[in-house]
Amino acid sequence: MDHLGTSVLFAGNNFSRLLGGLWTTIWIALLALLIGLILGTFLGMMRTFKNRPVRLILRLYLEFFRIVPTVVLLFLAYYILPRQLNINLPAEQVAVLTFALWVAAEFSDIVRGALISVPKHQRESGLAIGLTHWQLFRYVLLPQALTLELPATINLATRVVKTTSLLMLISVMDVINIGQQIIEANGQSHPNGIFWVYGLIFFFYFIVDYPLSLLAKKLNAANQH
Amino acid sequence: MDTNIIQAAIPKFIEGFKVTIWLSLIGIIGALIVGLICSLLQYFKVPIVSKIISAYIELSRNTPLLIQLFFLYYAFPVIGLKLSATFCGFIGLTFLGGSYMSEAFSGGFNGVSNTQIDAGKAIGMSRRQLARYVVFPQGLSLSMPALSANIIFLIKETSIFSVIAIPELTNTALDLIGIYYRSNEYLLMLVIAYAIILIPLSIVLTILERRVRYGSFGN
Repeated sequence: MDHLGTSVLFAGNNFSRLLGGLWTTIWIALLALLIGLILGTFLGMMRTFKNRPVRLILRLYLEFFRIVPTVVLLFLAYYILPRQLNINLPAEQVAVLTFALWVAAEFSDIVRGALISVPKHQRESGLAIGLTHWQLFRYVLLPQALTLELPATINLATRVVKTTSLLMLISVMDVINIGQQIIEANGQSHPNGIFWVYGLIFFFYFIVDYPLSLLAKKLNAANQH
Repeated sequence: MDTNIIQAAIPKFIEGFKVTIWLSLIGIIGALIVGLICSLLQYFKVPIVSKIISAYIELSRNTPLLIQLFFLYYAFPVIGLKLSATFCGFIGLTFLGGSYMSEAFSGGFNGVSNTQIDAGKAIGMSRRQLARYVVFPQGLSLSMPALSANIIFLIKETSIFSVIAIPELTNTALDLIGIYYRSNEYLLMLVIAYAIILIPLSIVLTILERRVRYGSFGN
């Protein structure tokens, strides 16, 4: 037996279980991002409309998700969906739903910001050549907004990945939950295991998020020139 | 909804409220101090130290607070460093917030326009005078929006303290739900409690941002 405790990581199928947990974390983040970005694009477009009630409602939606911490959002969905609306979803789907709605709120603001900073003459030229409102968004505004919003979107993605660490709170078998099981199962034989298991999870998150934030930084610098 | 349940829980929520406010306050002050020191050392490009600071910033920004707290609270005792939950919360928030604040300050310092710096040089200011009288006053005002966004972010992050059983707002609510099984009332109170902290604060911060906008003039 070693005194370092690193052997806990590789004993039995521990390492592959941790990787499996990491995969759960990643697919939940990806799915939530995908749904949230699509929904957020539409909400962001609607926030540039002239209709006041629509803008007000979407603004309130955004502010709600900004004020309530994600932990609380997760518990709201976890307790309220089954009890009030009789919707019994597995915890993974509750998480995807919550994160997607949160991403949509945050992304709607990014999209709105990018859309209104597309030069005004672009919109007017589009209207002048007879594009419909939808064509204007589809062919003129959204493609131009995309480059502007890309760095902020990638930053949002790193936040989503970090936020998935909360999944263990609603008992999703994510990388942290599996790590805790391994720690508890090996607590007697490897009291130091806890240090290495949490260390590895720390490293996992870093490995996923670091390249993304590096990319966001590069794109941001490129945008400013 | 049962108003009796809500009334009965108010004292407990007030306790949680105090813990959240107190930990946010010291955590944010800690983060501002760490952030300012880090950004200054990076601004002056102090050799080696600024490399270490870059590594710290990347490490802290790209990992979740939850794992940072678990590491502090559960893994550090193994190597002989046993800290109380509250102290871990403070250290965790300062560790996480320090990097965010540092990036905010750096963004401000680097945003000061070159004409200002050239003008300072032209009237014969030394490097230190430039920093003291030109770059910092303007940089601080430029970093204000990012700083206030970080303050709001850090207060929300204190909700994660509930995982190491610090009796702040979220932990209080989850405890009460566990005991009395009334999720509606307690979750509503929890959302309202965060709104009571964050809505007035974000209004005050917006006003403050407008007040100190002088840095963006003359750009």
